[in-house]
Amino acid sequence: MRTNDVMLQTVTKVVTFLILMFAVHIFFAGHYTPGGGFVGGLLTASAIVLLMLAFGIRTVKKIVPINYVVMTSVGLLVAISTASASVLFDVPFFTHAYDYFDLPLFGKTSLHSALLFDVGVYLVVVGVTMTIIQTIGEDE
Amino acid sequence: MSNLLLFPIMIPLIFATILMLFPKKIKMQRLIALIGAAATLLAAAFLLAKVYGDGIQVVTLGSWPAPFGISMVSDLFSALLVATSSLIVLFVVLYSFPTIGIRREQSFYYSAVLFLMAGVNGAFTTGDIFNLFVFVEVLLMASYALIVHGGEKQQLRESIKYLLVNIISSALFVVAVAFLYSVTGTLNMADLAVKIPQIENTGILTVIAVLFLVVFGFKAAIFPLYFWLPASYHAPPMPVLALFGALLTKVGVYAIMRTYTLFFTMNTGFTHELLAIIAILTILAGCVGALAYFDVKKIIIYNIIIAVGVILFGVSQMNEAGVQGAILYLVHDMMIKAALFFLVGIVAVIFGTSNLRQMGGLIKTYPVLGWTYLIAAFGLAGIPPLSGFPGKLLIVQGGFEGPQFWGSIVILATSLIVLLSAMRIFIYAFWGEPVETKPLKKSAYQAMLIPSMILVAITVFFGVGAELFMPFVSGAAEVLLNPSLYIEAVFKE
Repeated sequence: MRTNDVMLQTVTKVVTFLILMFAVHIFFAGHYTPGGGFVGGLLTASAIVLLMLAFGIRTVKKIVPINYVVMTSVGLLVAISTASASVLFDVPFFTHAYDYFDLPLFGKTSLHSALLFDVGVYLVVVGVTMTIIQTIGEDE
Repeated sequence: MSNLLLFPIMIPLIFATILMLFPKKIKMQRLIALIGAAATLLAAAFLLAKVYGDGIQVVTLGSWPAPFGISMVSDLFSALLVATSSLIVLFVVLYSFPTIGIRREQSFYYSAVLFLMAGVNGAFTTGDIFNLFVFVEVLLMASYALIVHGGEKQQLRESIKYLLVNIISSALFVVAVAFLYSVTGTLNMADLAVKIPQIENTGILTVIAVLFLVVFGFKAAIFPLYFWLPASYHAPPMPVLALFGALLTKVGVYAIMRTYTLFFTMNTGFTHELLAIIAILTILAGCVGALAYFDVKKIIIYNIIIAVGVILFGVSQMNEAGVQGAILYLVHDMMIKAALFFLVGIVAVIFGTSNLRQMGGLIKTYPVLGWTYLIAAFGLAGIPPLSGFPGKLLIVQGGFEGPQFWGSIVILATSLIVLLSAMRIFIYAFWGEPVETKPLKKSAYQAMLIPSMILVAITVFFGVGAELFMPFVSGAAEVLLNPSLYIEAVFKE
């Protein structure tokens, strides 16, 4: 028998977006303040887990149709290719580049190729966490 | 190309990642795994040639100056081991096609093999003690996946033990690195080699050296820390076992060789004598096991432990002959162990069991297999023209020149036991009354036999042409015996 959890589901609908926004904030803040790809990824995964708790694994699979193993693999590829890009410029591996740009809306912003590496880390963390939780959750 | 020494690490990493994208397409999996392993071998061969021509290659990651960034150092010793391990992984991939089974192939088997390859090559190449820990974890994670892969009952039971032992030893590794860092304030191996001789308080450093011996001893299976190995290695299927037997313990041996020649040289009277005694005890313990079992897998597994002892005894002597012999024997042992596991794997498939008592008379139906096995067994024991001979000869010579001459006598005596244990498989499985065998398709048999035969042929070439390889080996030994070469190479930039 399924209990009526309208409270949990309504709160989840609001809180999930808050968590996701906070995850993105933490992810981009990582270069100058505490944060980065790892915590950002964990927070994102926690938002998806909250959805799963409230709505069940099958529903979440329908609304977030992502193959998390592929996500992990893509994340690894992003991280490795960021590091390997240095091969093209014939500088030691993992050498990063940065510069300041005048973006519309943001103003003067420093963009750093370490961000791309962090995107890889983020994807791997979300992918691995969700693979673990989904696999155990679906196990009969 | 300054990044050449990273290619043997990055190529398998990239290919392993790509293989994760389509687990179910077996043909693509096989093809891409094969291309990845072959490309890595090619890169490793280029690297070996480059290091031989131009001296030690160093890259400090991220363009940071040397003690602050992570240095990756490829001297002849590590280049030689990277090339050997890449060669073995290529053969393991080839041998996996007919033996591992479709269901395993469909669930990330080749990814795990290539991740393991990346970890092993990284551990051989790194010049930073904490980075060594990370690469050891990379290869251990992949090995956890491989040891439990398939989920048979025995595999599940043994993987728990294997995990437990390795997690404890990894935790000890972190503690040992923390101690070393608090004493010296650096993690870069070349910088450690500079700082450690300046520290007057050698007592604490000796303790740390012994702690590292315990940590790497767990990985390398030395006496008395080898207890987990025989049962754990008995569980996984044969190609995985060949991969483990040829590569994993050798990473521990490499780490002991590197740390005990590069920077833990402040109190050799204690640490290296301890290493020599433990090495001899390891050999004896391995011999007991190799004679005690009537199981083809177990016999070869205990021979891994014997070989670890022989190599470490060579290192502990710290003279030219001993270290050269250890390097030669290390390379020989990686190849011959893979070849022997391949061959006894075929024997076990033919009989449907790995129990020697239920075998017999195979030489009439499978003569090629029999004679190939005989050559490999002779190579293992070190019969003169074959590959085990020059390494062991130099190790014994090193022992007689060094302080522990009695160790050389033990090694000579135990060679007979090694020969006996390997010949017992030959006598029981290939001679005697023919026993009913499982029908085996000719194509499958050939697919298993051909990689094994090529690997045995390579070991024979390695033994007969030892003179060809000696410049590489003596170059590698020179760096191990003169840490100043290593230090200068890292700090020259």
